[in-house]
This record gives sequence, C-alpha cells and structure tokens, in this order.
Amino acid sequence: MAATERFGSLAAHAWRVLASLAGGLLASGGARAVDLPADRAEALFHVYDGGGVRATGPALLVRKKLADKVSVSGSYYVDMVSNASVDVVTTASPFKEKRDAFDVGVDYVVRDATLKFSASSSQEPDYTARSWGLDVSQEVFGGMTTVNLGYTRGNDRVGKHLEPNFAERATHWQYRVGVTQVLTPRWIASANVEAVSDDGYLGSPYRVARFFGVPSRHENVPGTRSSRAIKLRAIGDLGARDAVRGEYRYFWDNWAIKAHTLEAGYSRYIGELWLADATARFHKQGAALFYSDNFTTTPTYFSTNRQLSAFDSFGLGLKLSYLLKRVEGGHEVKAHGAYERIRFQYGDFTDARTGRDYSFDANLLQLYLTASF
Amino acid sequence: MRPPTLALAAGMLVLLPGCARLEPWVKPYERERLADPIMQFSRDGLPDKHREHVFVVREAARGATGVQGGGCGCN
Repeated sequence: MAATERFGSLAAHAWRVLASLAGGLLASGGARAVDLPADRAEALFHVYDGGGVRATGPALLVRKKLADKVSVSGSYYVDMVSNASVDVVTTASPFKEKRDAFDVGVDYVVRDATLKFSASSSQEPDYTARSWGLDVSQEVFGGMTTVNLGYTRGNDRVGKHLEPNFAERATHWQYRVGVTQVLTPRWIASANVEAVSDDGYLGSPYRVARFFGVPSRHENVPGTRSSRAIKLRAIGDLGARDAVRGEYRYFWDNWAIKAHTLEAGYSRYIGELWLADATARFHKQGAALFYSDNFTTTPTYFSTNRQLSAFDSFGLGLKLSYLLKRVEGGHEVKAHGAYERIRFQYGDFTDARTGRDYSFDANLLQLYLTASF
Repeated sequence: MRPPTLALAAGMLVLLPGCARLEPWVKPYERERLADPIMQFSRDGLPDKHREHVFVVREAARGATGVQGGGCGCN
C-alpha cells in the first residue's frame, strides 16, 4: 500500500514536472512570430589554390520577401577547376572542367515556425547532382530555444569522360536535428546531429588503386555508406564590441572513419566601419577500412583515395569587412575580404614522386559584397 | 528500457523538480547583444557555403555543419 502511494505520488509529481515544462515551452510562444530572413544580396569571387588544384569562380545570391510570409532565394555558383593534383599527375593527365550549381529556396513563416523548402542542381561534364530538402525550425521557450529538423534527398548521375556508355547513379539521404539555446544575455550555444546515408556508385571512375607500388586497378569502394556527425557550438559576447566562438564536431561512419574537427574564432569591430574576424581550424581523421596507399593483397574493396586516408589539416584565417554605405532604415552595403591558409599533412599517403608522406599548403581567398535592402 | 535510458529517466525525475517552475530566464529586452551580427554562427551564406564545400570535398567528415547544402555529391 505504502509502495503504491509512493508510486502514485511520484507519478503525479512527474506529471506536474512534464506539464510545467510543456506549458513553459509552448505557452510562452503567444502571438509572437519569428522574422523571415532579411532581404539581401551577395556577390562572391572565390579562389582555392593548393596541391595542384585551382578552383575559381563567381557566385551570386539574392533573397527577397514576397508579401509578409514568404522569402524566396536563388543562388548561382561557378567552380572553374584546373586539376593537376598528386593523384592526377601520377596516374592520369591534368584536366580542366567547370561546375555550375543553382540553388533555390522558399522560406515560409507560421507563428513561431519557419518552413524552408530548397532545391539544388550541380552540373559537371561527367557528374550531375540534384537534391531537394525540407527544414523546419520552431522557436520555443519564449524564443530562447530554437529546434530544427531537416531532411535532404539527393540523386546523382555519374558519367565518365569519353565513355558515353558509362552511367552510374548514387542516392543520398540526410537527416538532421539541432537545438540552438540562448544561455545568457551574452552567450548562445547549439548542438546539431546529422545522419547521412548513401547508396550507389560512391567511388570515382578515374581513380586507380596502387598495388605493390604500381597504380594498376580501378578502385572498388562499397556501394553503401552511413555516417553520423555531432557538432557543438558556442558563441559569446566579450563586451568590448567583440565576440569569441568555439566549435567541435565528431564524425564517424561505417567505413570505420572517425574524425574530430575543432574551430575557434574571434570577431571585433574596429571603429564604426570595420569588422575583423580571425579563425583557427584543426581537423584530424582516421582512415577507411579499405584504404591503403599500397596494397599487398587484394581485398574485396580497395581505394587509394587520400580523402579516405588518415591525415590532419590546420588552417588559419583572417577576414575584414568594411561598411561601404548605410542608408536610413538599416540598409547596408559591405565589402569583405577573407583569406585562409590551410596545411594538409597526410599520415599514410606517399607522394610517388618523392617517396615521402604527402603534404601541401592551400590558399583560400574570398572577395565579396553584401547588401541588405 | 535499457539500463542507461532507465537511469537517465530516473535522474530526470529526481533532478527536474528543482526546475518545476522553469521559465525563460533571458527576457527579449535582454537580447540586444545577441542580435549583433557578430553573434551569428553564419553571417554570410555564400562564402560560408563555399568554405564548407572546400573542406567537404577534401575531408571524409560531413554533416552537422549548420550550413545547409555544403556538399554537392561531386567526387
């Protein structure tokens, strides 16, 4: 009897706690509504140069509200790639190609929720990728907490240069969930989790694996992959018109790859017109089960793709933003320049030209204009 | 229910009574500093997406970036 009473009391207490929490979370929404993303335009010129690969191009983005409940966005992105990377020069011939990507999105606001539908298309001469996605975000707990749920489905068509009969496909599914939390009047934190599954042709029709020191057989990678990633972020106002940011991501997949990515940043206004950002990023990953830069047996799956090898990368970046013009009503035009130097140091990928572990430095440059209107 | 799940549920029941009157503790009028652009995780969509793309085509890790659509499926 006593035990039953105690259980009943505990159950009643638990119910009160849950009801109180739910009440706090949901009732605090009231008639407030979240804002649609602000109207803006971005024009970017980007350069990546490192390890024999140079990718440059322009990119444009425009976002505009239609009526008061919908915001539409469209972007166009170009990558002009010239590739003479270590893999290419040691097993094939350098090449050039262009990638065009289009993205469109529609954001719709209902009370404290934002629904976003997006679609994208990316085209290369031998690779076409199309995807669509749906993201929902809901503000709860008096606007202190934002919960996000998202799904993306992608379909790729893989071709091969000068081989019109080569036609493969790949499908990708992405499921994500995230929470952003206001912690104090000066600190925000977020946690994101994403699961990605792939099915189909996940290798490259050009990449050759090395056996007994000789690049001799086309790679053979599994036809499925499933990965998980969790990312924690925090950003804090330091009080002197400056802010500090920290991020950590842990990644793992069923190809036995595990990776840690750490990033820290510092932002500071300089006078009324300038804003400076500094970032440091460190990434460390282990190799896939079927990776080797020199096979001495013939396993079922094999690849010499250094993206799947064990390596570290470390980058340091600086960004400067300058307020070009401010019009009454808060409209602004800004010019930005960002530069990042990244070092890639491989642990088990040998440069066939030197016989040593491969490493290279890459430069990342972004020059862009943004306008809010 | 697995033991860790059970332990978590039991822990919540024990600890949550302290938060029974959980209410938003940062009021809207206290969020002025949080509205500053330097307090955003992603300030400019295009350059952030480009940077994410640079990493996702060279590193094996992917996802949970908070930047939508960083990957392109290209290999």
